[in-house]
Amino acid sequence: MNDACDRCTRRSWLIGRLSAHLDQIRGNRPAIRGVLALSDRKLIASLGGREQGRITAQWERLDPAAQRQQWQSASTFAICRHSRSFPRSLGDLPDPPAVLHLYGARDRFDHLISSSASVALVGARRASADGLELARELGRTLSLCGVTVISGMALGIDSAAHEGALAAGAQTVAVLACGPERAYPARRKRLHSELAERAVVVSELPPGIAPYRWAFPARNRIIAALAQMAVVVEAAERSGSLITAEIAADLGRAVGAVPGHPSSWHSSGANALLRDGAHLIRDARDILDDAFGVENVGSPSASREPLPLPPDLSGDQKAVIAALDAGFSTVARVAEYCAGVAEVVAPLTELELLGVVERHSDGNYKRL
Amino acid sequence: MVIEVLTFTIDGLRPQAVTVEADLRRGLPSFTIVGLADRAVAEARERVRAALVNCGFEFPMRRLTVNLAPAHLRKAGPGFDLAIACAILAASGQIPTEPLARTAFFGELSLGGEVRSCRGALAVAEGAQAAGLEALVVPPDCAAEARLVDSLRVDALSALSEIGAVLAGESNGDEGDLPARREPGPVYRPDLADLRGHRAAIDALTIAAAGGHNLLLSGPPGTGKTMIARRLPSILPPLSRAEALEVTRIQSIAGLSSDGALADQRPFRAPHHTISAAGLVGGGAVPIPGEATLAHRGVLFLDELSEFDRRALEALRQPLEDGEVTIVRGQETACFPTRFALIAATNPCLCGRGGKACRCSEPELTRHRQRLSGPLLDRLDLVVGVERPSSAALAGEPLTTSAQVAERVAGAREVQIARSGCANAQLVARDMLAATVCSAAATSALSRAYDAGGLSARGRDRALRVARTIADLAGEPEVTVEALAQALGYRHESDRLGSR
Repeated sequence: MNDACDRCTRRSWLIGRLSAHLDQIRGNRPAIRGVLALSDRKLIASLGGREQGRITAQWERLDPAAQRQQWQSASTFAICRHSRSFPRSLGDLPDPPAVLHLYGARDRFDHLISSSASVALVGARRASADGLELARELGRTLSLCGVTVISGMALGIDSAAHEGALAAGAQTVAVLACGPERAYPARRKRLHSELAERAVVVSELPPGIAPYRWAFPARNRIIAALAQMAVVVEAAERSGSLITAEIAADLGRAVGAVPGHPSSWHSSGANALLRDGAHLIRDARDILDDAFGVENVGSPSASREPLPLPPDLSGDQKAVIAALDAGFSTVARVAEYCAGVAEVVAPLTELELLGVVERHSDGNYKRL
Repeated sequence: MVIEVLTFTIDGLRPQAVTVEADLRRGLPSFTIVGLADRAVAEARERVRAALVNCGFEFPMRRLTVNLAPAHLRKAGPGFDLAIACAILAASGQIPTEPLARTAFFGELSLGGEVRSCRGALAVAEGAQAAGLEALVVPPDCAAEARLVDSLRVDALSALSEIGAVLAGESNGDEGDLPARREPGPVYRPDLADLRGHRAAIDALTIAAAGGHNLLLSGPPGTGKTMIARRLPSILPPLSRAEALEVTRIQSIAGLSSDGALADQRPFRAPHHTISAAGLVGGGAVPIPGEATLAHRGVLFLDELSEFDRRALEALRQPLEDGEVTIVRGQETACFPTRFALIAATNPCLCGRGGKACRCSEPELTRHRQRLSGPLLDRLDLVVGVERPSSAALAGEPLTTSAQVAERVAGAREVQIARSGCANAQLVARDMLAATVCSAAATSALSRAYDAGGLSARGRDRALRVARTIADLAGEPEVTVEALAQALGYRHESDRLGSR
């Protein structure tokens, strides 16, 4: 079943063997990418340190067939870059992975990557409730439209995007920074097993390898290369998802970002991307337009009209609606706006019961 | 010859009579105290001996045994000094024995013979009255407090040298030395008029006071949660005399009040979140009352609720429901009253910023929510967000004063007592249906909210009780749809109104 040549098998084994050593590389991200582009012997020479001799001996003695057998027994499948089903888009990278290890059905991978359009949805681990909701919505819609959602299964935006996609068609691929059969972060164990069952999980690292720090930016280059467009849903100033966007831009892929309020800490990184010329993303249609040039490019994307109001609202209720429409969303702010209303909690809750207003967990009320 | 002198010890909050027996006989001079005494009582030997000698009395150079009866009761504290000294004096014929049968003694001695104040004088006086005694001799600092008890003569004794005169009835202590009663001068009391803005929080505080509901304030640091909570005592109904005596007794035993006046304010206790379960509900080898009891008839404020030890909060649940807590330690059992209004405050999340400014990660938010769940949270009927007041509100006039709100609260309480005999928060399931009659619109709104699936059964029950209180404040006989909607607005975050 495995589809990796002997040379690439050795290479992949070596990357796994050296993964602890790779963490020693100090310095910026280009450094690690330069290292990953080195040949096997140079890699051992530059990273092996005192273990150099031992690793060289192990590398020379390695039996590729036995190694592939071992990977298979961990129920993963290896595809090397000489295989026909290896994603061609990864070839755009100056340092493409030699082998992709798949966890989940292999034919699904072919369908998800080689014969479908794909978009990377990435963002911060520390995301706002709104950001998570939007990521879920984008994942759901893109998956429904047959566009593969590629992300990293990290906490926050990444997981929300996967969840959304799983909820509609499971058109999604997770790229991990550890062996693909390992659920990392552990909190996403259920998501991981669902992805393996209904979609596919891939990694550059062979099974059994733990996540190391260097592997996260390295994993981001795979996410960026696999997708035709990278969309940052929510990212603070120093978020890892900005690395993905940067690599995607370097590869000539489209980059999009969801705008946030200028003062919002959560969206400062995404806003900076927009300032630098990223596509502005409001909803899934914006992504489809920008990435795939659907005909109505440039037409204003419909920001959803709020639900129509029931006809027989009381004066207090109308005043409260006016406050919400003017952007006052908490009880105190609404009360300030509606100076004539003695008590705003009751009308707000009545509107909630009517189903035209919703209270969020942070205490903000919103029109539906 | 055996002499018996009466005194009292505090067992939990109850006074227990203790008979001090002194026996003098021939033999090598010695002085022994028996009868399950703790260290402070054992040390009484040295204090009593020095005090007697320094006051010009003679310390009998014979074999002296003092027994504290009943022997099974654990005796703690220095309050036995005076009774022991009197027993010795009577046994050695230095004071008359005849008045001792009708009098109890309570006080600590200094080496020079002055009588020092001890904790719990009010409880001791109540014990002396219940035991049918005529008089109680106490330190001058405790006299005012002991005199709160009717039909008991309280003699203030400032030094042991005056014991003869006091027993002869010549001097009723020295009234001139008594501390003056607290002057009813201008005392600063927290008042709602100190607040600016915070309309929703004041409404919630009013409802909590009127219906006896427990309240959770949620908001970023520095928005005024503590300031709001601090003002709940000012709108609760004033203490009745019986309640004031209870509060004074507890404060005296805990050593909190020193001026001997009757408590005129409901207590407000705000223990730090590092408090243990025993500190909160009472405990110790000899059980002493905890913060829940110190807040009896007043307010217990738990700031940073999510930071409290889970076990401490669990321990609070039963006292919150029953109004008392029974502590069993070894052979000791103590029952402490715990009727208090609970106010808790919490940050909306771990970083405390809340809303759009929040920087918490998803697991941090989950952890915060988990810490804020559990049975205690179920007992909090109202949840209200506290927001930063706007600059206009800060510059403006206060929305109301405590006096105005207290009047509405008292009115609503009366209606509740007349209807069900208790505050709405204490309504038992049997009376709920009869008490919370809803208007047709309110009934349909409530069933819509419940049937949508987001509202828990407990959340529905809480909403009904709170709505009943809101209707009582508005003077409505039925629960109106407005009252119900407002009550639902104060629901927990986990209770959702929509189907989502």
